[in-house]
Amino acid sequence: MVDLEQYLPILIFLLIAGGLSAAFVFLPMGVARLTGTHNPSAEKLSEYECGFPAFEDPRSQFDVRFYLIAILFIIFDLEAAFLFPWAVSLDLTGWPGWITMMVFLFELAVGLAYAWKKGALEWE
Amino acid sequence: MTAFFESLGMTYGWAWFVATVAGILLIALPLMLAVAMIIYVDRKIWAAMALRKGPNVVGPFGLLQSFADGLKVFLQETIVPSAANKGLFLIAPIITFTVALMAWAVIPFNSGAVLADINVGLLYILAISSLGVYGVVISGWASNSKYPFFSAMRAAAQMISYEVSIGFVLICVVLWAGSFNLNAIIEAQRGHGLGIVNGFFFNLLLFPMWVVFLISSLAETARAPFDLTEAESELVAGYQTEYSSMSFALFWLGEYANVLLMCALNAILFFGGWLPPLDWAPLYIIPGWLWLFAKIFFFFFVFSWVKATVPRFRYDQLMRLGWKVFLPLSLIFVVLISGYLMATGHFA
Repeated sequence: MVDLEQYLPILIFLLIAGGLSAAFVFLPMGVARLTGTHNPSAEKLSEYECGFPAFEDPRSQFDVRFYLIAILFIIFDLEAAFLFPWAVSLDLTGWPGWITMMVFLFELAVGLAYAWKKGALEWE
Repeated sequence: MTAFFESLGMTYGWAWFVATVAGILLIALPLMLAVAMIIYVDRKIWAAMALRKGPNVVGPFGLLQSFADGLKVFLQETIVPSAANKGLFLIAPIITFTVALMAWAVIPFNSGAVLADINVGLLYILAISSLGVYGVVISGWASNSKYPFFSAMRAAAQMISYEVSIGFVLICVVLWAGSFNLNAIIEAQRGHGLGIVNGFFFNLLLFPMWVVFLISSLAETARAPFDLTEAESELVAGYQTEYSSMSFALFWLGEYANVLLMCALNAILFFGGWLPPLDWAPLYIIPGWLWLFAKIFFFFFVFSWVKATVPRFRYDQLMRLGWKVFLPLSLIFVVLISGYLMATGHFA
């Protein structure tokens, strides 16, 4: 049984921290309007480029390897998600639990070796 | 603290609420102050290693430098680029800073001195630090500018790559401590080494994992030598390029709050947190939070030291280190440590 009451301070913390951060962002915007530093112009609001207008859509194609890394991350992070409950319940599951997880880890090691061999981890 | 407010004549519910809010402010406000001071310390250490003086004009020894900087950015104009997605653009720094503060909810400052003593504290920290990548990616996307976009891609790939090995290192620690609760992990380190040293680092099987964790925490917080996300010669200022005023400062504050969190985690998971270094009665006279702060400061010095001395990695080297060295190594250690603990009857 999860005691949700333990998490109430975290919820209150979220509200306070979010409010604090929002105040930090929006308060200076109000202050700038009052003091007169808020003075936008077309040049100022254009995106950063080294002194000339940007000539390319910034949301251009990017390297597919970022995508591969994200997929690999999902696999290994899921694996970690299986390991967490296993790590604290080894006293209950004993040797059968340990051996089962070793089989699972071995399969994932094979997966990692395959990705390695295929060059998914290469980055030139 | 609830009992104190109850003695002032409040009902239990209100007393609990006021005590919780007071506890939150007691964490958040000193944390912001600590971040301001630690930025100053960082600059001082960095300057000293380059035989410079560093900030020394504002206040005695330049101690008020960060506050002067803060006031300056507070009074600046917030520039929202016309091409940006305005809502997302302003939300990104809010997410970054909120998430950086929230992880501190489960950090134990002393025996029992923790805001939310949840039994899965370590999982909570892992989850919260994963959320940090949203602020970065959203800022890079919403800026609608080339450099922030590339930087956000890099940052996201870097953070998730090192999160994998951090996850496995945490499993090694949890295997030994038998709990996800940070207080229980600290208690498990009492007299761990030869019955006298408090800390998991004094353990031949966990010491390599600590080294992996330390280097991964540098990469996770994008500190030098892994600060490729803000490599100024390639990406100007990275995903912060289009930001100004306090929205820019929030990224900085969040980044340093995360660095402090990683230092705290190093101290808590491997160096006994609020326990003194040695399990020796006279050392317990010094309060636990002082020991914790001393350890955090020590690790922050290490972070600064690395920043001052180690040249920046190349991106392919960074990825190779994460996926081809740390991941297999930490996987092998999960097998080794769990096997060792099973064979020695640790769980019996």
